[in-house]
Amino acid sequence: MYGRKVKLRFFFVVLLSLSLILSVYLVLKSLEENVVYFKSPSDVKQIGELKNKKIRIGGMVKKNSIEIINNQVKFIITDFKNEINVTYSGVIPNLFSEGKGVVAEGHLRDRSFFEASKILAKHDENYMPPEVKEAIGENK
Amino acid sequence: MLKFLEPNKIFLITSKAPKYVMALFIVVLSLGLIESLILSPEDYKQSHSVRIMYVHVPAAWISLGIFSSITILSLSGFIFKNKHFFLIAKSLAPSGLVFNIIALVTGSIWGKPTWGTWWAWDARITSMLILVLFYLMYLLAWRIYNDKEQVFKITTIITIFGIINVPIIKYSVDWWNTLHQPASINILSKSTIHSSMLFPLMIMTAAFALFSLLIFLMKYNTELIKIKNKGLDRL
Repeated sequence: MYGRKVKLRFFFVVLLSLSLILSVYLVLKSLEENVVYFKSPSDVKQIGELKNKKIRIGGMVKKNSIEIINNQVKFIITDFKNEINVTYSGVIPNLFSEGKGVVAEGHLRDRSFFEASKILAKHDENYMPPEVKEAIGENK
Repeated sequence: MLKFLEPNKIFLITSKAPKYVMALFIVVLSLGLIESLILSPEDYKQSHSVRIMYVHVPAAWISLGIFSSITILSLSGFIFKNKHFFLIAKSLAPSGLVFNIIALVTGSIWGKPTWGTWWAWDARITSMLILVLFYLMYLLAWRIYNDKEQVFKITTIITIFGIINVPIIKYSVDWWNTLHQPASINILSKSTIHSSMLFPLMIMTAAFALFSLLIFLMKYNTELIKIKNKGLDRL
């Protein structure tokens, strides 16, 4: 149906795409450590040796865990399997609240204690008006 | 092959269509703006910042859609040696680039009040930035090379490289931990956006799509006039 040249060009495109997809996959696979924006508390538990390197930890702010003493905020980041205590002093984003996502950037003091130098609130994928949120809340 | 792609016949359509598309665009955009800025509710968590989403998300969708279209057109043009496909792809590219930049800028404006930062090097945002670079490379290639055959080959290669980034953008939020939230609108599972917010989002998407169509028609018209009058870019 199609000429020989058309078929050859088609195979050229297919082969080029396949080899590119494979190489991009391999590159991303080996760089996974750097592609992820933050580690979860469970990932932190698995770190072999603690390095004094800046890292990001993300998860949910545990309910009833926020304590404010002077200028310092203390809270717990949880992924519902493991937890990490975080201390932080500085500007808190508006959306930072209990039961919501958070990403903290800073240094790990030990496996369950994290000193944050920056806090980012992570927004989830739920969008709804306040009345709907209340209605859902009442049903629970 | 593809007789209907003959410049003269297309020119009849592309020279008349823009004013109708423009009228429709203005109507749909006004409706979309009224819906998204006035009638739609504020979000329970982020209050009025949610309105940025009505520009951000459609812009991102359109930029991804246009890049995919450019790739399909360039590949078809390359495989079947049809030059019209390349011209259509070329005319589509500028509005794709503009919407890609709009998505990044509005995302940044949204990020500051909600996340607490203008920019984060997470997988979603970085891969969108890479898409901007591919758009720029694509458009530059058209300007750099005078030999049309050369342009066709190089732009095809650029789109093949660039299209691999598109599924990475789409699934980055599922494959890796990112600061960017996962998709709220899912075809297979339940969407996590309330219908009162989904409606303005869809209208705005339609408005942006019409705008892209309008710019495309104008650009393509120019390409056809170039062929007709000067014979410089004779196909």
